[in-house]
Amino acid sequence: MAHQSALIEKDVLVYLQDHENKSFLRFITCGSVDDGKSTLIGRLLYDSKMIFEDQLSALEADSKKQGTQGNKIDFALLLDGLAAEREQGITIDVAYRFFSTDKRKFIVADTPGHEQYTRNMATGASTAELAVILIDARRGVLTQTRRHSYIASLLGIKHVVVAVNKMDLVGFDKEVFDAIETEYDTFAKDLGFKSIVCMPMSALEGDNIITKSNRTPWYKGAPLLPYLETIDVSSDLSDAPFRMPVQWVNRPNLDFRGFSGTIASGMVRPGDEVVVLPSAKRSTVERVVTHDGDLDRGVADQAVTLTLTDEIDISRGDVICAGQSPAEQTDQFAAHLLWMHDEALLPGRQYILKTANRMIPATVTELKHKINVNTLDHQSGKTLELNEVGVCNLSTSRPIAFDPYQDNRATGSFILIDRQSNATIGVGMIDFSLRRAQNVHWQALEVDKTARAALKHQKPCVLWFTGLSGSGKSTVANLVEKRLHDMGRHTYTLDGDNVRHGLNKDLGFTDADRVENIRRVGETSKLLVDAGMIVLVSFISPFVSERRMARELVDDGEFIEVYISTPLEVCEQRDVKGLYAKARRGEIKNFTGIDSAYEPPENAEIDIDTSEIAAERAAADIIRYLEDNGYLEG
Amino acid sequence: MTSTQINDLVTRAEQYAQSHDLSLSTVSRKLLNDGKGLSRLKSGGQLTLKTLDSAFDKLAALEAETAIPVTAGDADADRGIGQVISPEVLTHLDRLEAESIHIMREVAAEAENPVMLYSVGKDSAVMLHLAMKAFYPSKPPFPLMHVDTTWKFRDMIKFRDTIAKDLGLDLIVHINEEGVRQGVGPFTHGSQLHTDVMKTQSLKMALDKYKFDAAFGGARRDEEKSRAKERIFSFRSAQHSWDPKNQRPELWNIYNTRINNNESIRVFPLSNWTELDIWQYIYKEKIPIVPLYFAAERPVVERDGVLIMVDDDRMELAPGETPQMKSVRFRTLGCYPLTGAIESDADTLPQIIQEMLLTSTSERQGRVIDHDAAASMEKKKQEGYF
Repeated sequence: MAHQSALIEKDVLVYLQDHENKSFLRFITCGSVDDGKSTLIGRLLYDSKMIFEDQLSALEADSKKQGTQGNKIDFALLLDGLAAEREQGITIDVAYRFFSTDKRKFIVADTPGHEQYTRNMATGASTAELAVILIDARRGVLTQTRRHSYIASLLGIKHVVVAVNKMDLVGFDKEVFDAIETEYDTFAKDLGFKSIVCMPMSALEGDNIITKSNRTPWYKGAPLLPYLETIDVSSDLSDAPFRMPVQWVNRPNLDFRGFSGTIASGMVRPGDEVVVLPSAKRSTVERVVTHDGDLDRGVADQAVTLTLTDEIDISRGDVICAGQSPAEQTDQFAAHLLWMHDEALLPGRQYILKTANRMIPATVTELKHKINVNTLDHQSGKTLELNEVGVCNLSTSRPIAFDPYQDNRATGSFILIDRQSNATIGVGMIDFSLRRAQNVHWQALEVDKTARAALKHQKPCVLWFTGLSGSGKSTVANLVEKRLHDMGRHTYTLDGDNVRHGLNKDLGFTDADRVENIRRVGETSKLLVDAGMIVLVSFISPFVSERRMARELVDDGEFIEVYISTPLEVCEQRDVKGLYAKARRGEIKNFTGIDSAYEPPENAEIDIDTSEIAAERAAADIIRYLEDNGYLEG
Repeated sequence: MTSTQINDLVTRAEQYAQSHDLSLSTVSRKLLNDGKGLSRLKSGGQLTLKTLDSAFDKLAALEAETAIPVTAGDADADRGIGQVISPEVLTHLDRLEAESIHIMREVAAEAENPVMLYSVGKDSAVMLHLAMKAFYPSKPPFPLMHVDTTWKFRDMIKFRDTIAKDLGLDLIVHINEEGVRQGVGPFTHGSQLHTDVMKTQSLKMALDKYKFDAAFGGARRDEEKSRAKERIFSFRSAQHSWDPKNQRPELWNIYNTRINNNESIRVFPLSNWTELDIWQYIYKEKIPIVPLYFAAERPVVERDGVLIMVDDDRMELAPGETPQMKSVRFRTLGCYPLTGAIESDADTLPQIIQEMLLTSTSERQGRVIDHDAAASMEKKKQEGYF
């Protein structure tokens, strides 16, 4: 790390002052396998003297042992930090590297080239301002070049350097370079980049990396590093309207109530009028508090704490916006989704959507089309697989504040989390609202759920019977409904017989269709609960996530999960409709318990095994549960 | 000379505080932009000449004021102290600071039982300082925890207890008592076994005991190759192991904090800082650090080419080995038998930074435990090492 050593030796205080005022650039390198990404970064670190002697000697030893460059130093080994990467000689995960020159400090994300690691490239791109896309001069613009350029533009990168590498292997031929430049420009003109610069180079030999190469006299532009040091990537973020997602309510004592967060865009001063979403309450900024003292203004990317002049209710998840130009609010919007997980997207399944500061349940209501990341063609499809990009409509359980991603990365992005595994399974960029959700209020009707239920002398609820085929769900549900009817209660039963033949006759038995089937049943029961009814639902409903989705559609205490836990052997032995026999013979596909999974409930309110107690006993137990918990009072 | 000036400053500041009915921390904030600054100076702390001069100027200005003393109490008095002018452009340190604060607030808001692992070193010092900033005027809503191997430098322990007391934070000190009973130590059991039992296993026991679901650590990506690939929110199984091939994608500044039962998250708010950033920030923010980082005459012996400081009498000397007094300092701090000193005269921060910038070896070089195969850190982390 011996750069600028003259100044450091002479006057370290001046050096420190300079260093403190350096600007900052985050960029990614991408390109296909063997284009020399890691070599390029290794070269940047090496030539800017960011490699220490002990690291260098370790690198030299590793190069002889595992390297691919003969006796020369293999810079790739410096970056491929995971054992598996060094063994296979490929980059799997994003590696972040740091170096600085006299003018700038850099963070570079080295991203993998293989198509199966597209998601990792997107990860690196999400925080970068510039992309260096490598092209092997011998091979020209490849499918991967297109994919990486598209992903970079999708994630909002505005500046691109096309590094035409390995020029030494084509004799530094200008025509080869010109042909690649023309081809790239033609392809990338619609990707929305603000700047595209092509450079001929050899990362291995150091041509046009730090200094101009005398082997490319025809190239008039700057070498890579000087270019990266000077390019202006400042966005319009500071001119954009003020937004601050509230992360944490700061309440040390009764006299102080502040709202802590990172300013996503714009600027805020004491005295500014602000509006808080989603409540739409207005107030004025009193102070911009930091540990170093109050600020005269807070700017984008600063972490601050605001106090307001009025006592209004604000909590984590809210967004404080400029009073004159607040963010939009919606619960239905279109977005580009990039799928990050082995388990495919299921439209209709409920996921958790996390924005900068908020987690809420959400579903993909429609996959409009997929985008072939190699050709940019639109394709139809029912699901998104790992690394696929699609344009989707999403619906959230409550409205969220947002800006379109192309206007604001911080308030236009979200991730999707699987409810079972908690894995991050998809990431999204919001395009636009499908409707002005703030205009669609639920009508506060005079006759509401409570009024309807009161007339029926009951508390509305859903009794959700789940269990294997033949477990006795319908038998027990029918008995319960008969008893309730005898007691003068108002009930309705939803089951395969009355739903599959009408409302859901367009659905089959694939996983995706099963999810949609349950979603519709859930929504129907919600309407019936709103009508004041006691609803009995009798469906196999094999997946925990969909049952949870149904549970969350209604209010707390309105969902009673009844697990008919009769074992598979008993159900199969009964085989009332002969279905198990057919499934065993392979005549029915996707049969729950045979070749499709059943996920038992973890915390069902009621658990009944009909191989142990009779159906009448079970029905009586359920009625007692309803009585004990006040559902039949009123 | 300087120490008389410091005494003078402190005395005058105390008089001013008394006559104006202000607390010393309020005056300290006015003079040094740091509420604890004066009390640190009183207990022997240091500051640069430049800061000292400016503090005297500010004090003189305050003393000259004839305004009626503010008596409305600290909170209101504080608000009078003029506003900080924001920079036109955020520097890289401003950005790193904001990113770290964002990460800490996210954990405070979403984790049920977070903890900050405090190792007493310079990175921990920066992390703790950032935590004080992140939640100001509140205190950080989590305790500090130090996994004490019982072989740390004595100066580290003293410093740790002073800092926790000064900042008024909860400090949990965890020691693997079973290891102590078995007499595990670096001299008798070797560095590997000692580190595993007293550090790695001890940490796992502590996390299990207190059921922490998120633990901050001060690791940086520039330290080591496998760290460079680790997420900021790094997910651990119920057995505390790290699966490098199955990391959650981490995009923008949106962090997935959801975990299943018994799983936990290690959070690295300093991921994107470099060694130079750390030192620069310590200098800029006047963050107190353990004196061992500064050069002083200390008793050392040379073993296998590494200078080891004789910190207590548990270190048995080999025949012919005599401790020599040498001017040395430490680039990293850990268990004293496992931490090599470097010969140096650098006893101020600028000198340390100068030396660091001109040196040609990386900071982990002084750590005896890293001298293994290239993938050793990755392996250790999979086993639960932080």
